[in-house]
Amino acid sequence: MSQLIEVKNIKYRYAKGAQDTLQIAEFSIQKGERVFLYGPSGSGKTTFLEVLAGILKVDQGEVRILGHDLSQMSERSRDHFRAEHLGYIFQSFNLIPYLSVQENIELPLHLSHNRRERLKGEDATSVLRHLCTRLGIITLLDKNVTELSVGQQQRVAVARALFGRPEFILADEPTSSLDMDHRERFLGLMFELCEQYGTTVLFVSHDRTIQHLFSRSVSLDSVNLIGKGM
Amino acid sequence: MVFLNLALKSLKNRSLASILTVISIALSVILLLSVERAKRAAEDGFTQTISQTDLIVGARSGPTQLILYTVFNMGNATHNISYKTYQEIKDYPAIDWTIPYSLGDGHRGFRVVGTTNDFFEHYRFRGEGRVELVEGKTLDGLWDVVIGADVARKLQYHLGEKIVVAHGVTHGEGIQKHDDKPFTVVGIMKPTGTALDQSLYVSLEGVEAMHIDWKGGAAPVADTAISPDKIHKEDIKVDQITAFFVRTKSRIETLRLQREINNYKEEPLLAIIPGVTLSELWHGLSYVEQVLKVISWMVVAVGFMAMLIALTTSLNERRREMAILRALGAGTNKILALLVFESTLLTFTGIVFGTVIAVGVTALLRPWLEIEFGFYLEGSSFGKVEIIYLLFTLVGGILIGLIPAYRAQKMALKDGLSVKI
Repeated sequence: MSQLIEVKNIKYRYAKGAQDTLQIAEFSIQKGERVFLYGPSGSGKTTFLEVLAGILKVDQGEVRILGHDLSQMSERSRDHFRAEHLGYIFQSFNLIPYLSVQENIELPLHLSHNRRERLKGEDATSVLRHLCTRLGIITLLDKNVTELSVGQQQRVAVARALFGRPEFILADEPTSSLDMDHRERFLGLMFELCEQYGTTVLFVSHDRTIQHLFSRSVSLDSVNLIGKGM
Repeated sequence: MVFLNLALKSLKNRSLASILTVISIALSVILLLSVERAKRAAEDGFTQTISQTDLIVGARSGPTQLILYTVFNMGNATHNISYKTYQEIKDYPAIDWTIPYSLGDGHRGFRVVGTTNDFFEHYRFRGEGRVELVEGKTLDGLWDVVIGADVARKLQYHLGEKIVVAHGVTHGEGIQKHDDKPFTVVGIMKPTGTALDQSLYVSLEGVEAMHIDWKGGAAPVADTAISPDKIHKEDIKVDQITAFFVRTKSRIETLRLQREINNYKEEPLLAIIPGVTLSELWHGLSYVEQVLKVISWMVVAVGFMAMLIALTTSLNERRREMAILRALGAGTNKILALLVFESTLLTFTGIVFGTVIAVGVTALLRPWLEIEFGFYLEGSSFGKVEIIYLLFTLVGGILIGLIPAYRAQKMALKDGLSVKI
């Protein structure tokens, strides 16, 4: 297995003069892994994800993803990188309220050349329909997103994150608004599709009851030197 | 394309605010265009009150005064010119036609003009507009009078009506009336939308005949009065007129002729080129136009403010939307572009609606404005000035749209993906 994400000696602080939020000596993910990263609220989980997504730029250190060092890239190329290689799932409110379900899922395709490329030879609509059938949201395609339940919305978010086969998905507590039964079913579906697409998953949560579903679990506190002793 | 779709759907999602914004911009544009149109119509109407007349000649006074009392029925002449002089100049080879004007009497607030049938034949306004009669005929007999459209309408006069002329142009009832010598209405003019509508026209001889028995500026007493049936047109000798209009055979002659008349030895005369004097006069009055223009730009500014408020208040609700777009790989510049695009779309739609309504309504109201107010919307309804104004409005809208867009960009940068709502 080859490295997908490799983080070395990074430091990040929100403002100059403030305390560091992140200080991570080493953290890496192999391709195809399903990593569960846990830590209490406020331990910097979202900040770390934003660093990996290229939204935030580290003050020091190296963030190497798919061989590219994000810490050396401009904001513009990080935005571009994100569009090409990454799917992101939020805790809630993943969808643009005034677009239909289908339009929401298609959005990343409009922003990324690679995703369109990867679908080449296939009919984008039939891929989308296949994805949605698997997720059980095929009947919702023309609906307004505001008519959907939270569970349905999260499945639409998974469909959008996976559409166009990005290399990896970052998920920021996407199951915390679902009940226990839904959580397991939701993750089961997501992993099944990720396996099929060869997509790596980094999932952060404070809720360790779902930990057993992942291939590896990491405590953020164990890698983030700032969290130590808290 | 995806941005067009996003912007359209997002505006649709906030349709009430969007519609109100478009309406406020459209209203501003309507006002701006209407003021410009009215201004141009007023200027054209003003400077085209008389056309094809190359010179107006009167006794020496000021050009403004001369044009006011001949063309606009305003004020009085201080002096007359002798009929002899008129006849001499009239026969100059360079002159095509002339119209004599003899002023000084009125009828119930309207002016009585002594002239000849040359007036009906030659007088032109707004380019080719000519004096026409709705009914009746032009002047023939000594006691004939042709009345303007407003006179006929306001005083409810018909053909055959006997009317009495008052001495001096007076508003309301005259003090001294020529009631021993009534005139008969023989013709009624079509509306012209100029001061012509507010006058009555009699022959030069008619004016003289009214005053035939006056001595030293005093009205005749019963035993010196001469009854109208004893006065015959042939016996009347016209002594004076107030002014006359001149058409030269060739426009090149105008300046030379003007100089010649101004240097006329026998009598101090003043010849003016009506077009020049009219536009000078108009520019003297143009502060009104400036005020209107300032007001309409202020309305445009208010329209922009409405848009600024609508866009800014929606920003907070849209922070989540921005975070989603960023997570999908849209850069902050794209977010800026999206918001600017939205405001541009709003401004553009407002401008289009405003223009269509302004042009459409003017076209619809045109006949009514002409009939009711004598307000003629001459010229094209949409010109270079309008295009410049609309471009200004569009650029203004885009610049105003930059304010919330820039704020959204800053917010998106600060919020990252974790908006707390």
